[in-house]
Amino acid sequence: MTMVTAAIWPTLDYSRVPYRLYHDADVYMREQEQIFRGPVWSFLGLDCEIPNPGDFRAGYVGDTPIVFNRDKAGAVKTFVNRCAHRGALVRREISGNADQHICIYHQWCYGLDGGLQAIPFHRGVRGKGGLDASFDMRVHGLRPLRMGNINGALFGTLAEDAEPLEDYLGTPIVAQLRRLLDRPMRVLGYNRQRIRGNWKLYAENTRDNYHASLLHEFLVTFGLDRSTQVGGVKMDARHRHNITWAEAESDTDEFARQAYASARVRNDFLSLKEPALVTFHPERDDKLNIAITSVFPSAVFVQISNSLAVRQIRPRGVDEVEIFQTMLGYEDDSSEMTLHRLRQANLVGPAGLVSMEDGEAIEIAHRASRRDLDRTTVIELGGGGVISDRDYRVTDVPLRGFWSYYAELMGIEPDSAVR
Amino acid sequence: MRPDRRTVCDLLAEYGGLIDAGKFDEWLGLFSAECRYQVMPRENFDRGLPAALIFCDSRAVLEDRIRALREANKYNIHTDRHLIGLPRIFDDGVIEAPFAVYQTDQEGETRLFATGLYRDRLQVEGSGLKIGDKLILLDTFAVPSLLSTPL
Repeated sequence: MTMVTAAIWPTLDYSRVPYRLYHDADVYMREQEQIFRGPVWSFLGLDCEIPNPGDFRAGYVGDTPIVFNRDKAGAVKTFVNRCAHRGALVRREISGNADQHICIYHQWCYGLDGGLQAIPFHRGVRGKGGLDASFDMRVHGLRPLRMGNINGALFGTLAEDAEPLEDYLGTPIVAQLRRLLDRPMRVLGYNRQRIRGNWKLYAENTRDNYHASLLHEFLVTFGLDRSTQVGGVKMDARHRHNITWAEAESDTDEFARQAYASARVRNDFLSLKEPALVTFHPERDDKLNIAITSVFPSAVFVQISNSLAVRQIRPRGVDEVEIFQTMLGYEDDSSEMTLHRLRQANLVGPAGLVSMEDGEAIEIAHRASRRDLDRTTVIELGGGGVISDRDYRVTDVPLRGFWSYYAELMGIEPDSAVR
Repeated sequence: MRPDRRTVCDLLAEYGGLIDAGKFDEWLGLFSAECRYQVMPRENFDRGLPAALIFCDSRAVLEDRIRALREANKYNIHTDRHLIGLPRIFDDGVIEAPFAVYQTDQEGETRLFATGLYRDRLQVEGSGLKIGDKLILLDTFAVPSLLSTPL
C-alpha cells in the first residue's frame, strides 16, 4: 500500500497527473471521506421531480445512498438512506410517494423529516424484551444533509462546515445555472451509462474542450460545433468548477476547413437528412449554443444546442462509474419544442451522436494506465503555469483547476502549488 | 391484420442476422418507407416519460444515425449477437418479442449487453411485411459502456 502524499505531483501546476490516482483503492476510499463527505455540495436532483408532499427520490452522494423528499409543509429534506438499526437501505424504490419511510428489515419507521417515529415491540412482549427505557429515539433518526437550491436544482452536503452553496459555486456558475434554469423545468426522462473507468476520467472529460471536436467527429462532420467557433472556458475563483462555452454561427466553413486540415477529421461538412438534429433555436438573448457547466465534484449541467440535461457522476468503486443523466425541458415548452428536444436528445447520453465516444475514451484511458502507476498524463493545452479563464477552445486548463482543488481536499496540495 | 407466424419469424431472424453481420443498409430495408425506431429505457417507459436513448421519429433520422455510425462515430470494437425469442402476435399487426444482445470484444470476451422487448407494428408494403414502428423497451437501461450498433 502506498500512502499518497503531496510528493506525488511531479509539477506544481497540476500539468502531470500520476496514473496512481485513477487506480489506487485507498485513494478511492479517501476520496469518499474527504471529497464526497467533505466540504463539497453534491447535486441531488430537481425540485420538480418531487412536486407533492410525500414525493421522494433515492440517489447518491458519492457512493453514499441518500433519499430526498418533500415534507408535509412543502420543504425538501434529504437524509442518508440507511437505517439506524442495522444499516439497511430504508427506501428501496428509486421514486414514489409515501407518508413515512419504513425499513423492511425490522420495520423501524422514519418520518419525512428523517426522525425515528416508531419501533415495533419497543416495550417488548408481556413486559419482556424490547428496548431499555433509556433508549432515546430522538438521536437515532436518519442522518440529515444540509440543503441548498439554485432555481430548483437541489444540492446537499454532509459537511457541517461547508461554505454556503452560492459561495461554493461562485458567481459565474450561479449565473450559468440561473440562465439554464430560468423557467420551471420538466423532466423528459433519464438515462444511465456504466463506464469501466475511474470517475475522475469522466470529471476531466467534461472539462476538456480540446477533445470535443476531435473525438466527437459528428460535431464537425455535420457542422454542429467546431473549435473554430468563438468560445472558451470560464471558471470560479478557485477553479474547481468550469463552464465550457461556444457561440453559434461564429465561424465560417472556409476558416474551419483550413483549421481542421491538420486533424484527421472529415472537413467536407456533410448534411443530414433531418437537419433538425443540429438546428439551434436560440431561447434567450445570447448566442450560446454550447454551455457545459461542471460543478466539482460530480455534477454537469449541459446545454448542447436545444438539448438540456444534468448529469451526475456516480462512482461505483475505483474501476467503474455510472453517468446518470436527467433530460430536461421547460414546463412551458410548446409541443413542437418538446419534440425538438426529444430529437436532439439523440445527441447526448450513452447512445449520443456526440457523446457515445466518451464511454470508449474513458475505458481505453483506464485500461492502459493501469500499469506504470508513477507515470503521468500530460495536461498542457493552453500552456502550463497559472490556471485561468481562456477565450479560446483548444485548451485543457480546467482539468488543472479540477486537480488543484482535488489536491487541496485530499490533503496532498504541494507547498507553493501553482493554482 | 394478424401477421402469419412464419413470416414474422423470418423477419425477426433477418433483423438480428443483418445487424450481427454489420449489413446496416440491408437492415434499413426491413423498415417501411415511413417508419419510427426508438430505444426506450424501461425506467422512462414505466413512468410515462418520453425521452429515449435513440429517438428516430422518421426514416430520415434513422438513416442519419446509420450514416453517422459509419462516417463519424467511434465506439468499442465489437461484434453483436442477437438472440430473439418467440414472438407474441396480436391482431392489429403488433408483435412482441423478447431479445438479448451479447457483445464480444476483439479478444473474444463476451458479455450480455442488453435485454428487453421488441414491440413492433408491422405493415404490408409491396410484396412483404415491413417494420412500420419499432419500440425497443430496454430492460438493461444502465447501458454497459455505450450503445452504438442498433439493438
